[in-house]
Amino acid sequence: MGSLKIENVKKAFGPVEVLKGIDLEVTDGEFVVFVGPSGCGKSTLLRVIAGLEDSTSGRVLIDGEDVSATPPAKRGIAMVFQTYALYPHLTVKNNMGLGLKQANTPPAEIDRRIGVASAMLSLEPYLERRPAELSGGQRQRVAIGRAVVREPKLFLFDEPLSNLDAALRVNTRLEIAQLHRRLKATMIYVTHDQVEAMTLADKIVVLNAGRIEQIGGPMELYNSPANEFVAGFIGSPKMNFIDGARLGETARTIGVRPEHLTVDPKSGAWKGTVVHAEHLGADTNLYLDCEKAGLITVRIFGVYDAEAGATLYATPDPAKTYRFGADGKTIG
Amino acid sequence: MSIATRSLPRTIGAHAILLTYTVIALFPVVLVIMNSFKSRAGIFGAPLTPPTPKTFDLIGYTTVIGQGDFFHYFQNSLVVTVGSLFFVLLFGAMAAFALSEYRFRGNTLMGLYLALGIMIPIRLATVAILQLMVASGLVNTLTALILVYTAQGLPLAVFILSEFMKQVSDDLKNAGRIDGLSEYTIFFRLVVPLVRPSMATVAVFTMIPIWNDLWFPLILAPSEETKTVTLGAQLFLGQFVTNWNAILAALSLAILPVLVLYVIFSRQLIRGITSGAVK
Repeated sequence: MGSLKIENVKKAFGPVEVLKGIDLEVTDGEFVVFVGPSGCGKSTLLRVIAGLEDSTSGRVLIDGEDVSATPPAKRGIAMVFQTYALYPHLTVKNNMGLGLKQANTPPAEIDRRIGVASAMLSLEPYLERRPAELSGGQRQRVAIGRAVVREPKLFLFDEPLSNLDAALRVNTRLEIAQLHRRLKATMIYVTHDQVEAMTLADKIVVLNAGRIEQIGGPMELYNSPANEFVAGFIGSPKMNFIDGARLGETARTIGVRPEHLTVDPKSGAWKGTVVHAEHLGADTNLYLDCEKAGLITVRIFGVYDAEAGATLYATPDPAKTYRFGADGKTIG
Repeated sequence: MSIATRSLPRTIGAHAILLTYTVIALFPVVLVIMNSFKSRAGIFGAPLTPPTPKTFDLIGYTTVIGQGDFFHYFQNSLVVTVGSLFFVLLFGAMAAFALSEYRFRGNTLMGLYLALGIMIPIRLATVAILQLMVASGLVNTLTALILVYTAQGLPLAVFILSEFMKQVSDDLKNAGRIDGLSEYTIFFRLVVPLVRPSMATVAVFTMIPIWNDLWFPLILAPSEETKTVTLGAQLFLGQFVTNWNAILAALSLAILPVLVLYVIFSRQLIRGITSGAVK
């Protein structure tokens, strides 16, 4: 079991309000990702859930029970940190077992759980090693293993992939996804990387400046962003925003995703010059300086031959063009 | 890095400067040790020459060992130094942890207050300290010295250690909290081992002035029972006649224990000075 309910949680550090009233419900077995730019309060929110920070006001309920006054160790949670945070003086085995030992779990049970977790994460060869003797990816697997052995109601991940290199990041992401499928546990995951959010989440919570901008499934956020911020944050390359007045529109801003633009050398809606072309093989990113729309990004699937300085016409897909009002909200 | 700028004249120049400095720094120490092995006539006849078969004499050492209870003085010095060091490191590290780890009202003010002792010499308060010790009946006890030296060493210890403790990863401490470790366990098992090099630095800075101090032993604990080595060496300084052989021998001997402690700490110390320079 592991449901979570957050009611109007606020957190201030002195005069600085980091969380400005967060309401959220997470059902059992869900994989929820908090995503947002640096300083949006996502890590603070995770720390409040973990009990590492007290909220200034509001309630946190785990399985319907108010845990606002419960110490972290008694909340039935486990946390994986960005910097791994392994105990440097303990072996992998003892790193994983320490929490259980503190909770007076019988040694046989500790051994059994470490066995299961280390098999799951292929950590068996390293059980007697110390963290210093492991690579970054192995350390992060140990940190995940340390969370798994606790059999928590809630798994909390605080940017666990940020310290890994690109290749390892993809592998570990896959491992976390598989772990979630196997354990069917509730997981809350914080990241600033929207790709991680899109690939892992059942439900994404987009945070900005201490407020929730939108909650929804990955495709829901991609297809119907509630406002300009979410539209710009989800999707890579970023959505193009064009001043509505320049296009003769009533909406303040017009948004088009780079993949929803087509280009043609002869005719189209917006005439522009190629500033730069990025050839990635599977797709090509073109940066066009358009007379009407300004600098925009166009993503073309497959190889497209275009040199800097060439003239191209870009045309947006009208069905996939977003309009945002003066308050930044999407206009239907 | 330095490889590109390395050239022979530069290397020679750097070594010449460093060697000159080393000679100047070591000269008094060498002079003391050299002369401690000479006869009285040798010391005054040619103070700058090493002992020759003619001037070689162990009279200083035999006097020191024979006269006065020098072993006892050493023991006193060691008890005072090690005792003060223990308390300075324990309380200093705990205060530093509290200042760097917990947010509470007046945190910065408390840090400044604790650091104030670096700027104000404790000797200014000698009279008040003496009155305090007389009132509490601690005159002529080693406890008095340990208390004073602990107070003297704490400001610098808190100041240096709190800087280092700020660098200890928050994630690690939080991982400990989630695993149910108490704040004391987090402090002693996770944080202290990570700041060990800086604690060694503090230990060396604290230890040397305590060992060498003459002021407080003379004022607070001058009795035969509680004399420290530096005070004991004064035994040979007379108003009219000074037993230089014995003084030099006593001072040479006094270097030894502190040297041993220094070697123990210095292995950690070097890591402390360079830690953080390279990730």
